[in-house]
Formats: sequence, C-alpha cells, structure tokens
Amino acid sequence: MFLLSIVTPEKVCYEAQVQSLVVPGTEGYLGILSNHAPLITALLPGRIEFADAENRVNIMAVSVGFLEVSKNRATILANAVERADEIDVERAQAAFDREKQRIISAGKGETDIDLPSARAAFERAANRLRVFKEHSGDR
Amino acid sequence: MPTLRDVKKRIRSVISTQRITNAMEMVAAAKLRRAQQRIEQARPYAEKMDQMLGHLAAASTSEIVHPYFEQRETRKKTLVVITSDRGFCGSFNSNIIRRAVRWLDDNREYETELITVGKKGNNYFRIRPVPIIRFWGDWGGSLDYDRAREVVRFATDRFVSGQTDRIDLLYTRFLSTARYRVTSQDYLPVAPPDIPEEGDERDSVAMDYIFEPDAERIYAALMPGYATTIMVTALADSFASEHGNRMIAMNAATKNAGEMIDGLTLQYNKARQAQITKELLEVVSGAEALKG
Repeated sequence: MFLLSIVTPEKVCYEAQVQSLVVPGTEGYLGILSNHAPLITALLPGRIEFADAENRVNIMAVSVGFLEVSKNRATILANAVERADEIDVERAQAAFDREKQRIISAGKGETDIDLPSARAAFERAANRLRVFKEHSGDR
Repeated sequence: MPTLRDVKKRIRSVISTQRITNAMEMVAAAKLRRAQQRIEQARPYAEKMDQMLGHLAAASTSEIVHPYFEQRETRKKTLVVITSDRGFCGSFNSNIIRRAVRWLDDNREYETELITVGKKGNNYFRIRPVPIIRFWGDWGGSLDYDRAREVVRFATDRFVSGQTDRIDLLYTRFLSTARYRVTSQDYLPVAPPDIPEEGDERDSVAMDYIFEPDAERIYAALMPGYATTIMVTALADSFASEHGNRMIAMNAATKNAGEMIDGLTLQYNKARQAQITKELLEVVSGAEALKG
C-alpha cells in the first residue's frame, strides 16, 4: 500500500492509501506498486486506474499532468481530473464536435484558429468520452 | 434653518444610501468567502508543484535548460500590475498604484512597460507616459482560469521572445479580511528552484529519480504550469484582498450613514418642536387678544 494524492488547481481530488496505480505516461501506460523506485513523469490525456485499500477499482479521466513517486508516496498533479462515473458526456461530446470542426476549418485555411490548442482540446474531449465509454462498458 | 421638509428629504436620501452600502457589504462578504475558499483549494497544488520542481532540480544532474530560467542582461523590464476593476474598496487601489509608481521610479535606468490587470490600475496609467502593452479588465471580481492562462501566455511569450528581459508581478497578498500586503515578486526569469539539502529530514529526496521521458522534457511540460500557478495564486490573493477591503469600507460607510441619520433625526425633531411651539404661541396670543 502507498499514499496516492491527486491534486488539481481547483482542489485535492483524492488522497488515500491505494494498492496499485496505472497512469498514462508519455511513453505509454505504466503501473505503480508499493516501494516503486523514485520517478517523475509527464502524463498524457488518458485514464488513471487505481485499486483502493478495499481493492475496489477506481477509474478517472486525466488531462495533461505529472506524476511523482518517491518513498511510497505518489502525487499526481493534473489540470483536470474526473471520475469516470461523473463525466459530463454531453459537454464532452459538445467539446469534441466543436474542436473537430475547428480543426477541419483550420485545415481549410482559416488562419485565426489556434491549431495546437484546438488539437489539445480535441484530445482531452476525446479522452473523456473514451474513458466514459470504457467505464460504462465494464458494467 | 432648514425647513422640516428639507430635513426629511435628506434623511430619506441618507437611508437609501445606507441600504446600498449595507447591501454592498453583504455582497463583498459573500464574494470574500468564495475567494478565500479558492485560495485554500489552490494551495495544495501550488505546494506540490514547488516540491516537484525542487525534486526535479535536485535529482537532475544536468544544468536546467528551459527558456523561463534564462538570465539575460537587463535592458527592459515589465511590470504586471494587478488592481481591482471597481472602486468602493478604500485605499486598496491607491496603495497598489503608489507601489507601481515607486517601481517605475526605481527602474528608471531600464526601459519599462506595464501589463495591467484590473481597470483601476489601467485607468491611472493609461494617461501617463509609461506604455501599457496589454490590459485585462472585467474580471467580475472572481478568478477565471482561462483568462489567467491568457495573461500567463502573453507574459511568457513576451519574455521568451526577448521583447523584455525581466517581468515582475505586483499584487496584494491576502492576510486576513482587513489585512493585505502589497507585494512585488520576480516572475520571469524564474529563480532556480531551491534544492533541498541532503540530510534535511523534512524533505530528504532520493537522488536517483527515474525521469520519463527525460528531465529536459519534463521541465518543458512543467514550467508553463508553474508560471500559471504563480499567476493564479497572485490573482486569487488580489481578489480576496479586494473583497475584504470593500467589505470593511462599506461597513464603515454604513456606520457613518447611521450616525448621520441620528444627527438629522435630532435636527428634524428640534425643528418640529419649534414649529409646534410657534403655533401654540400664535393660538394663545390670538386668544389673549380677543379676550382683551
């Protein structure tokens, strides 16, 4: 068991002992167990999965962020984190469609669109939808 | 001697003013509570961010290479002045503006420019010789993360592109409802993070961190977030101080209005009494005259 804290600029989302943790690192998903070697990694939009003290599996969607592991403490700093069952699907879908449209119009030569930010927003929305679908499929 | 009607009119106008200041005090109190919550909630993130940066600096053997750390010879300095959009908050804005003016004085040897956040500061400086390169107003007294990120993006771009060599931040640190401290802080370049010393029990760090992908790219991903955190903290503190000050100012105004009403009421009663006496006198002397 080790201590996991998930922190966003708005609040502390989760802080408790967990058995295991899986996060979307820049080089692919990676798993953390007790006594993991010290590690700092950047996170990509994806899903966080961890088993809490009672071995219940929790799933969350994460946007970009960081993970630090040292001395049996794992800290996730993320811009936004949502529990899979709390994802606002309509909002995610709306953002997904909107950003898709923006990327398409940027491709058609509209110049006043910030393409990297549209891509990033698209990626985040797509991730939220994906995590939600996988989660509801599990049941 | 003002007539009864005049005094009554004045009393009524002061009462309605008092109602307004009282309402403003309530609104400020509610907004203050929310702003304080924001500060509390944002604190853990800022602390962890600091910690992580410290660990990163301690554990990575190579020199830190990120544009935000670049120390250049200073020719041009930029100040981000955070004031409120609205008045009615006592000496809050004038204190900040005074410090900003002093900053400009202190940095005469450099070329200077301002970024203004909040209308009050902008209104003061836009008719003065120092150039304002960008202005953000209409915050509505609460923190908007997207707009805060805009400010950060603008400021960091300006620094990284070499259009300015240093950026300072002028804001108010929130201490309590009635207390705040006008604070100026170096923003960019970022001072190299404190490296926790070896053997420091509170925060001893394992020196053999694994970095994924590598320290340089983690810096690249972490620094914009770090710059944002500092800006967000400054904004959150400023908003809380603004509401705290408005609450105090409006409370004082409400009290003053109360005193004024008391004084006017006294005046009104005196005038009324005088009139009654006068009428009585007329009646009595009229009766006397008839008798005679």
